Amino acid sequence: MVKHKMHLLVCGGTGCYASANGDLAKALNEALEISGLQDEVQVVTTGCFGFCEKGPIVKVLPDNTFYVEVQPDDAEKIIQEHVIKGRKVDKLLYTDPDKKEKIADSAHMDFYKKQIRIALRNCGVINPEDIDEYISRDGYQALGKVLGELGPQKTIDTIKDSGLRGRGGGGFPAGLKWQFAKNNESDEKYVVCNADEGDPGAFMDRSILEGDPHTVIEAMTINGYAIGANTGLVYIRAEYPLAIRRLKFAINQAREYGLLGENIMDSGFDFDIQLRYGAGAFVCGEETALIHSMEGERGEPTVKPPYPAESGFRGKPTNVNNVESYANIPVIINQGADWFAKIGNKNSTGTKVFALAGKVNNVGLIEVPMGTTLREVIFEIGGGIKDGKKFKAVQTGGPSGGCLTDKHLDTPIDFDNLVKVGSMMGSGGMIVMDEDDCMVSVAKFYLDFTVEESCGKCTPCRVGNKRLYEILDKITQGKGEPEDLDKLRNLGTVIKETSLCGLGQTAPNPVISTMENFWEEYEQHVTDKKCAAGSCKNLMQYHIIEENCVGCTACARKCPVNCISGEKKQVHKIDQDLCIKCGNCMDVCKFNAVEII
Amino acid sequence: MIKITINGKPVEVEKGTTIYQAAKKVNINIPVLCYMELEDMGVKHNPGGCRVCVVEVEGAANLMPSCVTKCWDGMVVKTSSPRVLNARKTVVELILSDHPFDCLVCAKNGTCDLQKMAQDLGIREIHYQGEQSTYREDTSPAIIREMDKCINCRRCETMCNDVQTVGALSGINRGFEAVVAPAFEQNLEHSPCTYCGQCVAVCPTGALTEVDHSNHVLRALADPKKKVVVQTAPAVRAALGEEFGMEAGSLVTGKMVSALRELGFDYVFDTDFAADLTIMEEGTELLNRLNKHLSGDKEVKLPILTSCCPGWVSFFEHHFPEMTDIPSTARSPQQMFGSIAKNYFAETIATEREDLVVVSIMPCVAKKYERSREEFSVNGDSDVNYSITTRELAHLIKQSNMDFHSLEDKNFDSPLGESTGAGVIFGTTGGVIEAATRSAYEMHTGKHLDKVDFEELRGMEGIREASVDFDGQEIKIGIAHGLGNARKLLEDIKAGKSDFHAIEIMACPGGCIGGGGQPLHHGNSEILKKRQKAIYQEDAGKKIRKSHENPFIQNLYKDYLGEPGGEKSHELLHTKYFDRKKRWIKK
Repeated sequence: MVKHKMHLLVCGGTGCYASANGDLAKALNEALEISGLQDEVQVVTTGCFGFCEKGPIVKVLPDNTFYVEVQPDDAEKIIQEHVIKGRKVDKLLYTDPDKKEKIADSAHMDFYKKQIRIALRNCGVINPEDIDEYISRDGYQALGKVLGELGPQKTIDTIKDSGLRGRGGGGFPAGLKWQFAKNNESDEKYVVCNADEGDPGAFMDRSILEGDPHTVIEAMTINGYAIGANTGLVYIRAEYPLAIRRLKFAINQAREYGLLGENIMDSGFDFDIQLRYGAGAFVCGEETALIHSMEGERGEPTVKPPYPAESGFRGKPTNVNNVESYANIPVIINQGADWFAKIGNKNSTGTKVFALAGKVNNVGLIEVPMGTTLREVIFEIGGGIKDGKKFKAVQTGGPSGGCLTDKHLDTPIDFDNLVKVGSMMGSGGMIVMDEDDCMVSVAKFYLDFTVEESCGKCTPCRVGNKRLYEILDKITQGKGEPEDLDKLRNLGTVIKETSLCGLGQTAPNPVISTMENFWEEYEQHVTDKKCAAGSCKNLMQYHIIEENCVGCTACARKCPVNCISGEKKQVHKIDQDLCIKCGNCMDVCKFNAVEII
Repeated sequence: MIKITINGKPVEVEKGTTIYQAAKKVNINIPVLCYMELEDMGVKHNPGGCRVCVVEVEGAANLMPSCVTKCWDGMVVKTSSPRVLNARKTVVELILSDHPFDCLVCAKNGTCDLQKMAQDLGIREIHYQGEQSTYREDTSPAIIREMDKCINCRRCETMCNDVQTVGALSGINRGFEAVVAPAFEQNLEHSPCTYCGQCVAVCPTGALTEVDHSNHVLRALADPKKKVVVQTAPAVRAALGEEFGMEAGSLVTGKMVSALRELGFDYVFDTDFAADLTIMEEGTELLNRLNKHLSGDKEVKLPILTSCCPGWVSFFEHHFPEMTDIPSTARSPQQMFGSIAKNYFAETIATEREDLVVVSIMPCVAKKYERSREEFSVNGDSDVNYSITTRELAHLIKQSNMDFHSLEDKNFDSPLGESTGAGVIFGTTGGVIEAATRSAYEMHTGKHLDKVDFEELRGMEGIREASVDFDGQEIKIGIAHGLGNARKLLEDIKAGKSDFHAIEIMACPGGCIGGGGQPLHHGNSEILKKRQKAIYQEDAGKKIRKSHENPFIQNLYKDYLGEPGGEKSHELLHTKYFDRKKRWIKK
């Protein structure tokens, strides 16, 4: 990055890549060539910037100008105006939604102000396909320190002291896990990177692998050295082609540089990494199921103990960590355990990456220190609720997390506090809901996911979750009976208490937490047969307001099932038995004579 | 030792003991459904999947499966607290909510583990109703799969893959659609299934059952134009009594003969007769090969493998087709009997073979398949027309309003009902090779064998080895029961590491006494041991205990067959094997 005067960083994350057809970098390069600037200005495709809501994103260095929603057609303008004339392209700058001012530098945007980027430190900064760029940002320095200075036990002690807890969902202390794997003697050991990210809407791990693959490689090598393993395996979803491509590329580069393979950095330590592809089963994110899948067996969990640290891949001691956990390792080694432990809370140190989604203004990937409150995340970083609607709930912890309400907004986000209020950290999904969301339907949505993703091994998860779903479906259809609510409670509790693995044990969480926090909504559905959010079709009625209806027959003509009767200039009537609730009548009425009750 | 408390009772157990095992020590029976363990036979299945055996452990947030959770020191367990009972009942209700309610007409009615569980837990209502799984029925020559009734205990999978190493059944699909099936949900016929029936033997519900031929048998018995002959395999008499509430290991040979006569069979014969015949043929083949081998013939193949067990025959045809020249070519006793009955006996009583119906009573499911093999029929008429299991026979007896207990002991008909002790022991692992040894010793050495009990060949270990002294010549014998054990011996032979002269192989754990058609043992291996004891007891009580001394066999050779291994014998009593791997791989 020395010889060029200016760099144009183009987001190469899956979202931006897709919405610009992957042509943005090409268009910028072409525009540079036309102006003959190709040797002075370099276009760099980086990993994800996180601000997916406003993608595709282009960042200009050295002046840090942050362009949003850039299309290939804008390339010429950026080159002509910004690069050549030094004038920022106003229309591509981010507009602050409150102050309505243009903001040129991401550092001043609310979305970035409260973030601390450790795991994502290189995403959106370096070219993930260039190992030199990673090295220039302290890459592989931690590995050198571990091999040359710390040795295995001190490395593990550093991780222990840092307080790093597993970012995949369980929150188990990483250093302790490493210690168990180290203590179990064996001729062969394995380290496994769990890149089977499966929560709907979550893309933390994918972004790290796409934006900074070397950090995972470096961390796994450190892990291998610390516990005495010579083989690393990355279990990655086959649906992540870009991440796979970059990871493979990075592994080859690391081999070329002697950072993987035999006798790494002349230390006498051998380590190499192989990829294993997952077919997209959510349950394979559970470590025992993941290991079985890698062994070619059916992806099903087995009862723990034995834990993988004792008997894992091929029956050998195995340490499994998630991508984000690994991404923290090199920084911890470089900056020291104390530095890391100072970030966040006492029992939850460091930062956490969240995929912020749902009804917030700023959808995207964020990394905040542990202890940041839900309010800060949703209203400051997230920019509040879309379209000025009212906040209703936030779901953390992916499909098995709980739904929290406005009374929980000041809860500091960390492993223990989220559990205390009936949810969990999970791997970092965070979905915000507004007043239009029906909480029974939300619970049903998540159950639908877990029913689909259950492996079917244990009864409570296989049949129980299916029955939970069916009861919720019945309620949203308006056929719920009061005893169904008792059934939901009992069944939810039994499934939690008796399921074999984490998937089943947490699957009823959305139901239990919404019942806890939105009880009146359930009651309304069951006793009044009403859905206040207006999202359960079977519970709402389109109704013609007699005073407003002029008898124009527009609604009757538009009705696809001919359920609206009434002569011209007479008040119309909707036959509720036939109505399919398509809403055409309401859309077509010019006199506001159709209402939903 | 670890000290724990279960329901307030202190228990001391060894490290590694599960809560379920520890509870048993103090007579607390935690109900289990998917769990299965056949002690001494290395069969253990505790996936912790059904969650019926969950218990409360102090300090643990969730309930824990007692069949897999190992005890730790100071553990405090409650096995029947209100919390546990509610969870357990709910789990069973969930299983029932996805199970058909045709119990009254189900093949497993009365012997179903799920039915018993619902009864024991006092379940009178199913609170959680909903969609039920539906699968098409899969019928093969021997086994019916009705997967609507599958509760995903996966015992069959363990038997098929881990114990038998057949690999026909495995879990497929996921979630509510999860079910055990052959690959790609093909029918069993298009899988490497050997029809050994061990899946049927361990299935807790009616999901896996044998193809029921008992109605065909009744129809044949009612047909005045037909002469109906029945043969009974040795292992049946050692287990049939259990179906009538008798103690395992009760020998009911005489009552069984009585019952068959009352059912209307024209001739009640014994497969043991054909077992004696098998020894003559197989023993001759063994001696021929052995003599050639001892005289330095490098071409001759040893060890010779027994071929009485149709599950085993299917197994090597499917999995070791390149080795089909090693097993003996002798047909199984069932088929030897069928062949002799349809040829020699039909002639004797001046009946056309089509008018003679041969029925076999077998402890086995694979025998149904064996009898249907094309090479064992003449112009479409099978040598054995129907093969029914011990369980099917019990149903027939019950239907015919007999009080089994008070039946008089009767003897088999002559001549095909006359047998020696050697024929009887075919019913247990090690029996065939012991019977063969008794005769082969005398034929080889020309000397009289005083002690016919070869204790070294008996037992329940999965693979056994023994040496027998043939008057200075050491004969090395191997025995395997369970196809997984057989595979190990076959791999050794393939690798040239085997120095056995003869190997006996039975597909089922324990041999025929543990066959897929026997009364269900519900995971209790003691039952198999008692049946084994009964078999040896019957042998010990026989006047003649060596096959070649059976006077009726001697007459058969003299009057009809000629020499053992002769031309006529080859035509009627030997067979050939096929490469079946191609069959299922192509389809």
